[in-house]
Amino acid sequence: MSIVSGHGAAVRIEKCGKTFADGTRALELATLDIARGETLVLLGPSGCGKTTMLRIIAGLELPDPGGKVLFDGKDMTSVPIERRNVGMVFQSYALFPNMSVAENIAYGLKIRGMPKAERTARVAELVDLTNIAGLENRRIDQLSGGQRQRVALARAVAIRPGILLLDEPLTALDAALRERLRSELNRLLRALGITTIYVTHDQAEAMELGDRVVVMRKGAIAQIGSPREIYFAPKDRFVAEFIGAANIVEAPLVNGQLVLPGGQLPIAGEGSRGDAIAMIRPETIRIVAADGSSLSGTIDSVSFIGDRQRFVITGASHKPLTVDAPNTIQAKAGEQVGLSISPDAVRLLPSEN
Amino acid sequence: MLSHRSFVWFCLLPLGVVTAAFFLLPMARLLVTGAEGPQGLAGYFAILSEPRYRATLINTVLLSIATTVTTLIVATIAGIFLQRHRFPGRAVLIAMLTFPLAFPGVVVGFMIILLAGRQGLIGDITNRLVGEKWVFAYSIYGLFLGYLYFSIPRVILTVMAAVQKLDPGLEEAARSLGASPWAVQRDVVLPALVPAFVASGAIAFATAMGAFGTAFTLATNIDVLPMLIYTEFTLAANFATSAALSVGLGVITWCILALARSFTGGAVAAAG
Ligand SMILES: Nc1ncnc2c1ncn2[C@@H]1O[C@H](COP(=O)(O)OP(=O)(O)OP(=O)(O)O)[C@@H](O)[C@H]1O
Ligand SMILES: [Mg+2]
Repeated sequence: MSIVSGHGAAVRIEKCGKTFADGTRALELATLDIARGETLVLLGPSGCGKTTMLRIIAGLELPDPGGKVLFDGKDMTSVPIERRNVGMVFQSYALFPNMSVAENIAYGLKIRGMPKAERTARVAELVDLTNIAGLENRRIDQLSGGQRQRVALARAVAIRPGILLLDEPLTALDAALRERLRSELNRLLRALGITTIYVTHDQAEAMELGDRVVVMRKGAIAQIGSPREIYFAPKDRFVAEFIGAANIVEAPLVNGQLVLPGGQLPIAGEGSRGDAIAMIRPETIRIVAADGSSLSGTIDSVSFIGDRQRFVITGASHKPLTVDAPNTIQAKAGEQVGLSISPDAVRLLPSEN
Repeated sequence: MLSHRSFVWFCLLPLGVVTAAFFLLPMARLLVTGAEGPQGLAGYFAILSEPRYRATLINTVLLSIATTVTTLIVATIAGIFLQRHRFPGRAVLIAMLTFPLAFPGVVVGFMIILLAGRQGLIGDITNRLVGEKWVFAYSIYGLFLGYLYFSIPRVILTVMAAVQKLDPGLEEAARSLGASPWAVQRDVVLPALVPAFVASGAIAFATAMGAFGTAFTLATNIDVLPMLIYTEFTLAANFATSAALSVGLGVITWCILALARSFTGGAVAAAG
């Protein structure tokens, strides 16, 4: 039994740009399709236009003339937010301080004229779903941050919205709680099966929650793809460096081999180029014995993190390489080591101009 | 070496001295004087039993309540509008609205006479339009207008400050849940402004209860409590009655404010 499933709408944003009254160009022309029931994450550094895009979808902001927002093929561009049937969760939660928890959750239902008995039943359902049983009669200022977050979510999904919009819902919480709520939220979103657009600048959150992730940069879409795609096959250096840790190697490419100070590094495929840029994820590099290895360097530092250890290797590439290795490897700073990297793990990136 | 406790007492000493010298002692003296008339303690009840005093009291309270309520309505609408909209001339308008802040009551009274007195603007206009001169500066309506003029600037500023502090997310959240603009005002904006209403309304009410300058200039056909105290005190040299009336004015104002606060108290706590 799922509470809202089948209520999701498909969303299409067509040639939406946004220039604010003061001339700030917050969003470049973007076209984007979000499937019914999909969870799409907008990910990018601060000020890249994530909130602006979300507010355009919500109806809190108008796109520049020519832009369109469609729900299930219907043009919603000029429909105000109160008639778009979207559920929103704000970073500040924006819970009504003059209402109790239950009244907050029931507010949208009351506005819709739902009879009291039905409302009470629906609130009970949501209180269960979001794990806040027992808090119904509390005032908002008597709740912890995590509890507020749940109330905000319950209030947003109470109205069975066509689309759920969340703007950095976990950012205000401390790290441990954030991680716990993240998996809880993930379970909930899957259970609801509702079209969700989720804004965050935390790439771990984006990976865990998103069916697809839209990486944004300076108001433009840098890449759209599944979490695996943007992690393993980033389109450019910005995406590679923004998603997870990445070693960027700039070196000449000769007959399918990158020529580095510490030796040769074969890549998948042929080709030669004067100035290739490649990305290597730290966990794809293996530390091996120095002799017999085609690429070697010196351990500059080792940090033991617990589940793994992180080496910084100098001399192999022009810049120090970061390597995530199993916590069982015994190696000390100053030692000469070989590096084994599968050709598939070396990802060529387009050179910048 | 002072212990922590006596240190705190030591710091509170100046406050105690000032409170005693400028507040408690004169108040006590006023209370005593009120009971020193020919009727003794019963002088305090004259304010309710003597018809002239009672009528004045009722007039003053009604006038002050009307002023407070009207001021709150006008200032809320104007304050929300001014805080939410940017338009050319906004700064000038705010400056004009708050200009009367510095005016003493006498000047406000004078302006009401210029507007609605015998040679006033309104009289001139109505004379031309309907052939009859409307003069109400010296009636309770003139006084009401003067009090409004006096209190609106103060309340507008408080409301504007409170509106500025509202989280715009609250209104957006309400709208996303389907609330019409009217419902947003009713369910979100106004409840959040209640503390500001209570604070600025209390000041407007107390100011109206005690207003003297405006009343002195305008109240020829009508009596209000501060005027009554003034005439009893300076003209009739009736110290006991004026002291009793003063205490009565203070107590009644305080009671009405306490009542208003207890009615809105729940709302204030919830909005806090
Ligand atoms: N009302 C506004 N008027 C003018 N400029 C604005 C307005 N709102 C946002 N901007 C600008 O538009 C750009 C994009 O803002 P937006 O809030 O969409 O960023 P964001 O990606 O959500 O950032 P963050 O992660 O910090 O929330 C920023 O440069 C911001 O300063
Ligand atoms: Mg944002």
